[in-house]
Amino acid sequence: MTGRSAEAPSAEASERSSDPRLLLRLTVNGAEIEREVSPRLLLSDFLRHELGLTGTHVGCEQGVCGCCTVMIDGRAARSCLALAVQADGATIRTIEDVASADGTLHPIQQAFQECHGLQCGFCTPGFIMGVLSHFEEARMPDLSEDGIREMLSGNLCRCTGYQHIVAAVRRAARLMNLDGPEKG
Amino acid sequence: MSTQRFGERVPRLNDAKLLRGQGCYVDDVPLPGAYHAVFLRSPFARARILSIDASAAREHPSVAAVYTCDDLGPLDQPLPMLSPHPAIIAARTQRPLARDEVFHVGQTVAMVIAVDRYTAEDALRLIDADYEPLPVTVDLASAAAPGAHPVHPDLTDNIVGHFAQRSGDPDGAFAKAEHVTSLRVRMDRSTAAPIETRAIAARWEAATGELTVWDTTQAPISIRDGLASILGLEENKLRVIAPDVGGGFGQKVMLFYPEEILVPWAAMRLARPVKYVEDRTENFIGSSQERTQIHEIQLAATKDGTVIGLKDSFLHDSGAFAPYGIEVPRVSASAIAGPYRIPNVDVEFKAIYTPTVPVTPFRGSGRPHACFALERAMDQLADELGLDRFELRRRNLIGPDEFPYVREGLKYVDDGTITYDSGQYPKALAMIEEAIDLERFRREKDAAAKEGRYLGLGLAFYMECTGLGPYDGCRIRVHPATGKVSVNTGLASQGQGHETVFAQIAADRLGVPIEDVIVAQGDTAAFDRGGGSHSSRSAVVGGNAVHKAAVRVRAQILETAARLMAVPEESLELADGRVTVKGANRFMTLAEIAIAANPLSSPFDRPAEVVSQYGTAGQELVTVGEGRAPGIEASAYYSPSASPWAYGVHAAIVEVDPDLCSIAFKRYLSVHDCGKMINPTIVEGQMIGGIAQGIGGAFYERLDYDEDGIITNASFMEFLMPYATEVPKIEIMHLETPSPANPLGIKGAGEAGTIAVPAVVASAVEDALKPLGVGRFHHAPLSPNMIFEAITRARAKAGG
Repeated sequence: MTGRSAEAPSAEASERSSDPRLLLRLTVNGAEIEREVSPRLLLSDFLRHELGLTGTHVGCEQGVCGCCTVMIDGRAARSCLALAVQADGATIRTIEDVASADGTLHPIQQAFQECHGLQCGFCTPGFIMGVLSHFEEARMPDLSEDGIREMLSGNLCRCTGYQHIVAAVRRAARLMNLDGPEKG
Repeated sequence: MSTQRFGERVPRLNDAKLLRGQGCYVDDVPLPGAYHAVFLRSPFARARILSIDASAAREHPSVAAVYTCDDLGPLDQPLPMLSPHPAIIAARTQRPLARDEVFHVGQTVAMVIAVDRYTAEDALRLIDADYEPLPVTVDLASAAAPGAHPVHPDLTDNIVGHFAQRSGDPDGAFAKAEHVTSLRVRMDRSTAAPIETRAIAARWEAATGELTVWDTTQAPISIRDGLASILGLEENKLRVIAPDVGGGFGQKVMLFYPEEILVPWAAMRLARPVKYVEDRTENFIGSSQERTQIHEIQLAATKDGTVIGLKDSFLHDSGAFAPYGIEVPRVSASAIAGPYRIPNVDVEFKAIYTPTVPVTPFRGSGRPHACFALERAMDQLADELGLDRFELRRRNLIGPDEFPYVREGLKYVDDGTITYDSGQYPKALAMIEEAIDLERFRREKDAAAKEGRYLGLGLAFYMECTGLGPYDGCRIRVHPATGKVSVNTGLASQGQGHETVFAQIAADRLGVPIEDVIVAQGDTAAFDRGGGSHSSRSAVVGGNAVHKAAVRVRAQILETAARLMAVPEESLELADGRVTVKGANRFMTLAEIAIAANPLSSPFDRPAEVVSQYGTAGQELVTVGEGRAPGIEASAYYSPSASPWAYGVHAAIVEVDPDLCSIAFKRYLSVHDCGKMINPTIVEGQMIGGIAQGIGGAFYERLDYDEDGIITNASFMEFLMPYATEVPKIEIMHLETPSPANPLGIKGAGEAGTIAVPAVVASAVEDALKPLGVGRFHHAPLSPNMIFEAITRARAKAGG
C-alpha cells in the first residue's frame, strides 16, 4: 500500500512552509511588531506561536467558545476568526498585558481569584478579556444577575458552572468602583 | 501556633499564573523546530480500505513523513484491553492506524508529519484513500437485535459482554409484590467537550536516549508505563508530563489514544520534536464519548410504598471498540439501587458494539443512567401508589444507623461487594424539602397556572462510590536551604485544585505556612507510582497518601530535633516552620533540621558544617540511620481497603413554556455529602460545575448520529452547551458525615454534580406539564422537540 518510503529521503522536510509571505505591522501589548507571515495564518496562531503569547488559548477555531478573545483596537474580538494579516495596522491587547508589569493582578483577575472564578484556567483569559472590554466600553455596565450573565454569554466554560465567574464580575466591578455610588 | 488549614476556604495557590496567561498547557510548551502531526480519519462508519496512495503527500517539500499501518512495524497491533472481565465475550480494541477496515467515522487511518499544521493539513488532502463502504446498524436497540450488521467482521453479533448480578431473592420479591411499576428509559450519546482539546508533544534526545512526552492525560504515570513497554524504553528514560490541562472529565484518560503512541514514536523516528493538537471537530469524532443506555426497569412494592425488589435489564452502547471492556455499564449496575433499602435486586446488561466513536467513562460514568432509571421509576411508583414523591423516598431511604449497608451479591468495578460506608440520607432529603419550602412552591405554582404558566418540581437522589484503588503515593521532603516542603504525588490536575488541598493537608501535619508547601504532580519526574485522576479518587486516595507521608515526616522532624537539641520529644512543639522547646526560648527551623539530618562530606555553608566530617556534631549525627532516608523525607502509599460513598439529593423548580417548549430554571438546589471537606470553596466549585455539565446533559447536549453513523452536529456551533445564560444560580447545601473508610474521613466530589441532573429535569418538566395531561419523560436529554411532541399528543388525546 505504501509504495515508497514513508519518510522524506533525509527525514528532513524543508524548514518552513512554502506559503507566500506578507509583511505585517501591528502593535501588540504596546510593542510595535513587524513580521513576515503567511497570508493564511490565523491571528490566534500568530500571537501564540510567532510572538509566544500563549496566554491566548484556542478552544474551537469556530468562533464559539471565546477562549481566544483578545482586544483589537479596544474591542473584544475572536482571534481565531481573524487572519493575522487582517490585523495589519491594528493595536492588539492580550491577557499578558492585563496584570501590571510587576505582576500585580488587575482587579478583574484579583476578583476571579477571590471568587474561585476559574478551575482549569483554559477559558479564563478569554473571559477576562471579554469582561475587561465590557468594563472599558460601558460607562454603566449592567451588574444585575441577568446583566452579568449576558455579559459572559460569549464565552464557554466547562468547569465552573459560571456561578463563581458571575460573582467575580460583581466583585471586580466593586473593586473598580463601577457598581454605582449608592452601593459603594 | 499555625491555624488548621484542613476545612478552610483557602484560596487556590496556583491561580495567579493562570490568570496572567502564564499557564503552560501542552500547546504552550516551547519546542523550537517541532514538526506537526495531523491525521487522516475515516469518513465512513464501516468500510473496507481498498487502497491508500500517499505518494503525492510524501513528495510535498514541507512534509517529513506520511505513515500508514504498513509503516508501523510492531506498533501495528490492537491497543491494550484495559479492563478484562470474565463477562466479556468479544474484546476488540483499535489499532493505532486502521488496517484493512475502518470501524467509525473519525478513526485514524494515516499520520502526516510536516513543518507546520497548515502544511500538514494541505498534505492530508493529497492522500488518495479509496474505501468500499459497508452497511451499518447505528441505533443501539437495533444493533443489539438479531439481523444487525456486526461491527466486527469476525463476530456474528454485536455483543461485547453480558453481565448479571443479583442480591437477595428478587424473584420472590416480585412474586410477593402488591404493586409493580415498569418503565423503559433511555439516555443518549454525549461528549465531555473539555475546552482544551487533546494534545501530545514529544522530544527525543538521541544523545542520551531520553524521551519526554507532554500529554493532556489524566493519568501520566499509566501513559509512561504503557509507552515504555510499547516503545521498548526503560522507565527512567521516559518522562511523561501532564502540564496544565484544560479540563478532562474522563475523556483524557485513555490507554491509549492512537496519537499518544504515534506522536512519541514519530519524534523518535525523525529525531525531531513532534506536536499534535486535536482540533474541535476531531475532538467530536476522535475522542471518547459516553452515555447511551436503554433500561427496562421494574420496582416491586407493597401498597404502603415499601420497595421490596428491583429488576433492571439494560443495553449499553460501547461504540466501535471496548478498551475499557464493560466498566461503564458495570458502574451503572453497581449504582442501580441507589440510596434505598431495596433488599432484592436483579440487574443485568448487554454491552453492544455500534460503529460509532468508542465509549469510555465521562464524568458520572454510568451513574447518571442508573440514577435516571431508578429515580424516574420512583416518581412513577409514587404516582401509581398515590404517594407524595418525598414520602415514598423517605419510606425507603437507608437510615443513619444501618451502616455499613451491604448489598451482598452486587459488586463495584473493583469487585468489592457494594458496601455503603456512612451517610445521613433522610436528613439530606429533609434539608432539601425544607429549603424548597413546598407550601410556597404550591402557591407559586397555582398563581402561575392562573396566568397560563407551568411550574414543576423535580427531585432526584444520587449515590457515588468514590476513591477507586489500587493506590496512590506521596513523597514529602523538607528542603535544607529554604525549609520549604515539597509534596510530590502521582496525580494530575485538570483544574480540580489538588495543589491547594494537598498543601492544606501537609501544612497542618508539618506546622508550616501553606505558602511554603510546593505540590508537584502530573510529572513522572516528580513521582512515578500511582493511578491518575479519575473516578473521583484524587482527594481520597492521593489526599490520604499525603496525610500518611506527612505523619511520617512530622515524626522524623520531632525525633531529629529532639536528638539535636538533646531534649525529650514530648517537650517539643512544631509550628510556624520551626520546632520550639515548650516554655524555653530555644528552637530550630525546619531548614536547620533538614540540613542536620543530611550528613555531608563537604559542607556548603555554615549550618551544613555541623553535619559534615569537619563539623562538631557527634558521630551518630553524621551517619544515616538504618531504614532512614538522608535529610527529612518520607514516602507513603495509601491503598483504600473500603470505598467511601458520596451521595446527595437535588431538586429544581422549572418553568416550561408550552408554546416555545423551552424550560427555565426558577431554582436549582443541591444537598451534597462528601464527608469532611478539605476546602469547601473547591467542593462548591466541583458541585456547581458538575451540575452545569449535568444541565447540559439534561436538556442540551446530544450527539446526533445519522443512520450512516455520521455525527451531524460535530461542532461547537451545533452541539449545544450551556452558557452563563442557561445555567441558573445553584443553591448548595453541605452535609458532612465523616467517612470511616479512610483516615481523613473524606469522600470524592469530582463527579457527583452531574449524576442526578437529567432525572431532576425530567421529573420537573413532567410535574409542570401534568395539568395538560402530558405523560412521562423517560428520555434524556430532553429537548424542545420532545416537549412539543408530548404536548401535541396530549392535546390530540384530549381533543379526540
